Amino acid sequence: MSVDTATVKRVAKLSRIAITDERAESMQSELNTILGFVEQLQEVNVEGVEPMTSVVDMVMRKRRDEINDGNKAEDVTANAPMSEDNFFMVPKVVE
Amino acid sequence: MTDLTKLTIAQLRDGYKAKDFTSLEATQAYVDAIEAHNAAFNAYVTVTPDLALRQAAAADAKITAGNAGNLEGIPVGIKDLYSTRGVHTQACSHILDGFKPRYEATVTQNMFDDGAVMLGKLNMDEFAMGSSNETSYYGAVTNPWKRQGERTDNGTALVPGGSSGGSAAAVAAHLCAGATASDTGGSIRQPAALTGTVGMKPTYGRCSRFGMVAFASSLDQAGPISRDVRDAAIMLGSMASADPRDTTCADLPVPDYEAAIGKSIKGMRIGIPSEYRLDGMPDEIEQLWEEGKAMMRDAGAEIVDISLPHTKYALPAYYIVAPAEASSNLARYDGVKYGLRVDGKNIEEMYENTRAAGFGEEVKRRIMIGTYVLSAGFYDAYYTRAQKVRTLIKRDFEQCFDAGVDCILTPATPSAAFAIGDKEMAADPVKMYLNDVFTVTVNMAGLPGIAVPGGLDNQGLPLGLQLIGRPFEEETLFQAGSVIEAAAGHFLPEKWW
Repeated sequence: MSVDTATVKRVAKLSRIAITDERAESMQSELNTILGFVEQLQEVNVEGVEPMTSVVDMVMRKRRDEINDGNKAEDVTANAPMSEDNFFMVPKVVE
Repeated sequence: MTDLTKLTIAQLRDGYKAKDFTSLEATQAYVDAIEAHNAAFNAYVTVTPDLALRQAAAADAKITAGNAGNLEGIPVGIKDLYSTRGVHTQACSHILDGFKPRYEATVTQNMFDDGAVMLGKLNMDEFAMGSSNETSYYGAVTNPWKRQGERTDNGTALVPGGSSGGSAAAVAAHLCAGATASDTGGSIRQPAALTGTVGMKPTYGRCSRFGMVAFASSLDQAGPISRDVRDAAIMLGSMASADPRDTTCADLPVPDYEAAIGKSIKGMRIGIPSEYRLDGMPDEIEQLWEEGKAMMRDAGAEIVDISLPHTKYALPAYYIVAPAEASSNLARYDGVKYGLRVDGKNIEEMYENTRAAGFGEEVKRRIMIGTYVLSAGFYDAYYTRAQKVRTLIKRDFEQCFDAGVDCILTPATPSAAFAIGDKEMAADPVKMYLNDVFTVTVNMAGLPGIAVPGGLDNQGLPLGLQLIGRPFEEETLFQAGSVIEAAAGHFLPEKWW
């Protein structure tokens, strides 16, 4: 399978990465090189094989459903490019 | 006094104990060495000398009081991917511009609890995506090794491998006693092999991923790069732990890895997988592999031929699974919570502009590949199929181990270090990916692997051998790795800096 420039632009949109027309064209050939490389997986017989969900044979640890951390609003927002009173600031989203 | 930067972790530890010198003296020696020579390599992206000297003074007090920890007073470098409280943590990406975490990664906290001294943060490929350390926002790292006859400032600068290129270069150039690294497809073992150092990637789940900047969560694993096998064992002993804050972290006690060093491998069965003999592989790699087998045989191990039939599919499956997980993990960089923000006329444009300016080209490629293979209509053809192939890759290994193989010996990389700015690799992303052809299988199967220097090629550059073990049997790798080290010796770059 290979992608055309329209697909590259659609994927860029889904990825939330701005892309110029010129870059979309060069990206198209780069992505097709990679997709061409992974194409060889089609020759593997995977009939009846379960897809891997956990690489190590162990049961995931569960913890009690209780609050054991928190009240760190200042820490959480400390690295934000824009914040006010421990709120993240974003461009207006509701008119 | 001897140059303290020449000593291994074990030698520093013994010297502190014998009162031959202090951690403050050793730390000062490293601070001076970094100041004088980091510019030649670009290994550190930020240095923390004040913190290091404070930690060293505290360590000396504990050593004097007789309650030294496992890494007490040992000056180490930390890969920029580990969250270190109040200190530069950007996974060498522009998108994390200015990020200073308010928390500490479990691995670094474990090391500090054991007395480690942090010299600074080490360069790496952006988000650990790369095999040459050339994708870093902070620029390429220069390998301390140069080709014979070129060992001057002007001699061709070679890559140290990647993604943990800063870690490998700093260890090889004696700008730290040991370094943390991380390995998603070979990022500990490949740079170790290219710099004549030791790199240990433990079993998936052996070290906590809490506080490590995520790339591909089902593959990422922390580990050390060190001067020798003993130092790797000492470091892993501190880095590994159970951790309630990482649900994939194994609930197993950490064994005394150092005790495995020097133990006989008599009777051990070492597997040699025929599929690792690649077309067009340089003769020197083949020869190194033969020498590795002879070292094992001379030490009393039995060499057995094995087959891992799905080996060739590991790299293509990796380039579906890893980008898919990366596209999801890197969705968090949106210009809102931390790091860079580039404004736009609405919130969506702000996201797009921020991510366009903040991510480098390799990272963008992988996010887009990941987004594509996970998109509606393609998910089963790509992602589900890749995860099925992964099951087959793991099964290949399990069948060998079930048949009584204790560990597997392979070359670590298909070539020695190459030049910075190699045109062929820059033009074709897949060429660069092939650097990890021998290491990536191990991540896909979640197994432990160690790269140990095996010899030099005809240009005088180091080559590494890899040992692959059963899950959570890192001790076997330290044991067999120390046999290779004893037979092959140590390799130090000739100083040109």
